[in-house]
Amino acid sequence: MVIECKHVWEHISGYLDGTLDAKILAQVQIHLDHCEICSAIMDSTRNILILTADERVFELPLGYSQRLHARLDAELSAMSSPHGPNP
Amino acid sequence: MIKTAELRDEAQLIASILSGEAHLFHELIRPYERSVYVMALSFLKNEADAEDAAQEAFLKAYRNLASFRSEAKFGTWLISITLNEARGRLRKAKAVVLQSLDEEPDAEGHISPALLRDWREIPSETLERQEIRSLLQAAVGQLPQMYHEIFLLRDVEELSITEAAEVLQITESSVKVRLHRARIMLQKILAPQLRHMTPQKYSQRRRWFPWL
Repeated sequence: MVIECKHVWEHISGYLDGTLDAKILAQVQIHLDHCEICSAIMDSTRNILILTADERVFELPLGYSQRLHARLDAELSAMSSPHGPNP
Repeated sequence: MIKTAELRDEAQLIASILSGEAHLFHELIRPYERSVYVMALSFLKNEADAEDAAQEAFLKAYRNLASFRSEAKFGTWLISITLNEARGRLRKAKAVVLQSLDEEPDAEGHISPALLRDWREIPSETLERQEIRSLLQAAVGQLPQMYHEIFLLRDVEELSITEAAEVLQITESSVKVRLHRARIMLQKILAPQLRHMTPQKYSQRRRWFPWL
């Protein structure tokens, strides 16, 4: 069965996650092999997901880890251990 | 993601912390320092607020460690705490953009992607450029909150569909629908911007026709 571009767009996320069932996957694949627009949409979406997941997009501020552990140290020593409520 | 052996170690660490070895909490959270900060930053959009929220989330995790159920993953539990902390701060700042009433969360609505004739792969090296990083951060930041949340959990924090459903307290099919919409929204925002940002030296496909 031939499917239209609009139907392929509904399956972009499932296609990228590899969660489409075999029948739909085959239809989408055939469409992608012949449609340069859908193929470019799929490529761009995949590319954008790879870029946004890259660690460099959201960088940790300098000294973050040290400040975090220093605050934990301060609070942990002031608190009782977490196994029960404070008296 | 965290392997089975590491999970077992985590369970042991948690047991030791609960029996009084509080200092081991430092070790327990080390693998999650980044995830927690990124979640907070993405919501609060300000480094100082994000850092404070991240610290607070870790402290809440410590205070409530006894209520952590061992059948859940510590990482997923921690992300839930961070999400609640970030949501709470947003509410306080009255910065939550109200969901439009006509936008039903899980409706079968169609979102169309940006149409392109071709796509030149943008390699990860371009992320060395601040302008590209800013573009990506801004695009993720402008997603409506429920799409923003699911995108971060699945595509940035790499939680499974089941874990994301657990954190957000929604069904797995809602996770899939929201994630799909989030990804298409990002493609729609970013594809037109990014295709003009790729310097010539990064182009991988040759242009055969100079007038195209």
